[in-house]
Amino acid sequence: MPSEEVIFQDKVDREIRIEPKDWMPADYRKTLIRQISQHAHSEIVGMLPEGHWITRAPTLKRKATLIAKVQDEAGHGLYLYAAAETLGITRDEMVDQLHAGKAKYSSIFNYPTLTWADIGAIGWLVDGAAIMNQVPLTRTSYGPYARAMVRICKEESFHQRQGFEILLVLSRGSKEQKAMCQDAINRWWWPSVMMFGPNDESSPHTAQSMKWKVKRFTNDELRQRFIDICADQVKVLGMQLPDPDLKWNEETQHYDFGPINWEEFWQVVNGNGPCNKERMTARIKAHEEGQWVREAALAFAGKMSSRAGVRG
Amino acid sequence: MKNTFPLWEVFIRSKQGLDHKHAGSLHAADAKMAIENARDVYTRRQEGVSIWVVESKHIHASNPDEAGSLYEPANDKVYRHPTFYDLPDELKHM
Repeated sequence: MPSEEVIFQDKVDREIRIEPKDWMPADYRKTLIRQISQHAHSEIVGMLPEGHWITRAPTLKRKATLIAKVQDEAGHGLYLYAAAETLGITRDEMVDQLHAGKAKYSSIFNYPTLTWADIGAIGWLVDGAAIMNQVPLTRTSYGPYARAMVRICKEESFHQRQGFEILLVLSRGSKEQKAMCQDAINRWWWPSVMMFGPNDESSPHTAQSMKWKVKRFTNDELRQRFIDICADQVKVLGMQLPDPDLKWNEETQHYDFGPINWEEFWQVVNGNGPCNKERMTARIKAHEEGQWVREAALAFAGKMSSRAGVRG
Repeated sequence: MKNTFPLWEVFIRSKQGLDHKHAGSLHAADAKMAIENARDVYTRRQEGVSIWVVESKHIHASNPDEAGSLYEPANDKVYRHPTFYDLPDELKHM
């Protein structure tokens, strides 16, 4: 009889999805819990920078769109929490880890949204980078994660298009609007490029995650693809990406790009970004202030079921 | 007190005439809240015309480790499929 580990890897190699009750290596489970919960936290924290602009959206149409988008992010967080829960961690444990600072979320949400153009730049660049990461995850080896990603990817496409459209309108507007558009691109470009994570040589888990087919492409492969696409898309806006080294390379058939400021990346990851504290304070406050609602709902449900019990 | 809302499984009928299909799960205090949450989480884009929710603890599942012996008896019964029967080509409408 082959070992469970061998049977598991054979299934992965043959593209048979792993489902919650199947045997899986402890490290596979641990890796997935970490990755899926981080992903869920990112969706939830990601509501904050955009939610900031709901009351100040320039038109009713933009406001309705932004509310729908933020509601989608909440939904994405819930799909992902549910997927992580199938691996044996509870929702409470995940929320506690986030609030205690033990679980990470995408660093991009620790940057502030200073102008309306930022909402456009987030849709185009931040959601664009997220999509680049997420589309291969629809084929990830763990079934519940893959299914959550399918649903998420369908919805993300609207997010990216509405963001680009915001920038497109600004790019065709007044001198001030054009400047606002360029400024937002300047501030969001590098943090978006960093969303793919450290370079492959500094990403120790990549090889194992690729073998398990949790990941399908390396950080650098996805980053290059993102840069190639954006370098062309920015031309439609008549704007510039803030990288003087960005240049088409005929030989590699890719864009060359300038050095990434990893020092900034690690500073933000380790809690020293512009908004880390603000984001966590907002999440903890929302959770604590919702406590009485959860308690009341449970008390009501308990009362109704005990009444039904008396009648029955 | 912790958030101890039980877990519910959500099944959605995407249109009249089709089966309810598993869409995902969520936490809710009771069935009414589970249906309302399911509407918000799983049908934001007209994905459904009907929702079923059932508390996850009421679902009994087969054991994947026993899949071999559980489904094995069907393996060698090819005669259950219409293609098992060799019939002449001139036979129509069958």
